[in-house]
Amino acid sequence: MKVEQISIFIENKSGRLADVTQALGDSDINIRALSLADTSDFGILRLIVDKSNLAEKTLKERGFTVNKTEVVAVEVPDRPAGMASILKILDSGDVNVEYMYAFVERCGGNAVIIFRFDDPEAAIKVLTKNGVHVLEGERVYNM
Amino acid sequence: MLWNDEFETLPREAIEALQLKRLQHTLERVCATVPFYKKRFSEAGITPGDVRSLDDLRRLPFTLKQDMRDNYPYGLFAVPLDQIVRIHASSGTTGKPTVVGYTKRDIDNWAELMARSFAAAGTTRGDVIHNAYGYGLFTGGLGAHYGAERLGASVIPMSGGNTQKQMMIMQDFGSSVITCTPSYSLYLAEALKESGVDPNALKLRVGILGAEPWSEEIRAEIERNLGIKAIDIYGLSEIMGPGVAIECIEAQHGLHIWEDHFIPEIIDPDTEEVLPDGEHGELVITTITKEGIPLIRYRTRDITRIIAEPCICGRTHRRLERMSGRSDDMLIIRGVNVFPSQIESVLFSIDGIEPHYQLIVDREGTLDTLEVQVEVNEKTFSDEIKKLQELSQKISRAIKDLLGITCKVRLVEPKTIARSEGKAQRVIDRRQQ
Repeated sequence: MKVEQISIFIENKSGRLADVTQALGDSDINIRALSLADTSDFGILRLIVDKSNLAEKTLKERGFTVNKTEVVAVEVPDRPAGMASILKILDSGDVNVEYMYAFVERCGGNAVIIFRFDDPEAAIKVLTKNGVHVLEGERVYNM
Repeated sequence: MLWNDEFETLPREAIEALQLKRLQHTLERVCATVPFYKKRFSEAGITPGDVRSLDDLRRLPFTLKQDMRDNYPYGLFAVPLDQIVRIHASSGTTGKPTVVGYTKRDIDNWAELMARSFAAAGTTRGDVIHNAYGYGLFTGGLGAHYGAERLGASVIPMSGGNTQKQMMIMQDFGSSVITCTPSYSLYLAEALKESGVDPNALKLRVGILGAEPWSEEIRAEIERNLGIKAIDIYGLSEIMGPGVAIECIEAQHGLHIWEDHFIPEIIDPDTEEVLPDGEHGELVITTITKEGIPLIRYRTRDITRIIAEPCICGRTHRRLERMSGRSDDMLIIRGVNVFPSQIESVLFSIDGIEPHYQLIVDREGTLDTLEVQVEVNEKTFSDEIKKLQELSQKISRAIKDLLGITCKVRLVEPKTIARSEGKAQRVIDRRQQ
């Protein structure tokens, strides 16, 4: 039920983001979702791609610091308060969200949100128990 | 292992008697042959005959690096050029280089002391010594080379740079000992790892590392990454070159200075007073066998202390504690004295931190700023901003706690801090620019 996410350390200087995306493009890797978190000195680029093992290898070869983490992709009803309902479920289940970001593609009539939890197992349990659709990794990579 | 049983274990009284005799002889000679010393001594109102004990040494004036520059190139030589068989010069990072000349006997003594040093480091004639100190004007290459030959080992005159070739030769020729700077040994470990070579599969077992100050933490890092014993060697071209002092492999604690050739003193760099054994200060060396360019009370600017306690190895020559820095690379940041090696120690106390770092000292308005750049690696990197910020804070807090200065820690991408193939440039001081 979990999705592999790769994170890349990026110094705050021009061209670094382009270097990452170029490297992925050169290896024919397609980005499915991304988020960039930044501070004044550095940023962390988080990506979900169609071939995460190849992406990790490619980026490491080019000298980037890469790490892999597991995140959870959740289908959220595309209507007012759709997001709120999910967060309410998580809150009542006492699940802490580290960060989250939205997916580019849609899944049928629903939006897809990527969540990073400190305890993904517990989060998945709470979500599925409450009837929320958690997407399989394969599904997300090939959307 | 001892190279020269007799001289390396000479009783203290015998060492001191020999030192006095050789000192008096040296003073007579420089007074007669080097106008600079004749003038200096008469200005100080002292003649060689006034030096009747080793304690009288402190009455003599110091020799500074500036004096060597002022007498560039041959002004301090004590013999005519036709007796000089070799000339070396320091790199001269500021101004003219300092020039030194060696007679045939000087070269012979140097080889002897380097051979003693190699033996102290546990190397023998059976070793293949991979000499990666630079050959040329710098004393490192040839100094180590002659000593290795005297030892009877097989020496590979690699010189510095060209790391790919170094790695190939190291594997193919079965190098068992490497001589280079500590920072280059770290660089080499990294390069080996990158090309998929397991350092433990190499024959390499000892590194004789010097020419820049380093720390115990760096030693541990080098020993772990290369699978070797790392031995600290000390020397400076003004005094001779490498082999002035070295750690013994038995203790790996303190560098035995060859006291039958050099007299060490520790002084307070500000008051210039001689300090008792055990106290930290600037190392001052007097050469007592050199013919080409004998130096009286040369101020090395290196900070250390004398360890007078007997060593387990049996050598009777006193030890110098690992150099903790130089009295002139000491940074003064907002009035606080800081040695880069102290910051290095703090960094190494934090798990997962890379041995590559750089200090940027700058001034904003009238306030000095210190930025510590540390490379992120897979161990320290996290996908969460807060974890990385916690890491930066942890580093700056540790520096604040230990050194009392506030600094900004900047995490940078791996391999972005320049790797040097010689001396590492750890400090960029923009205040003077």
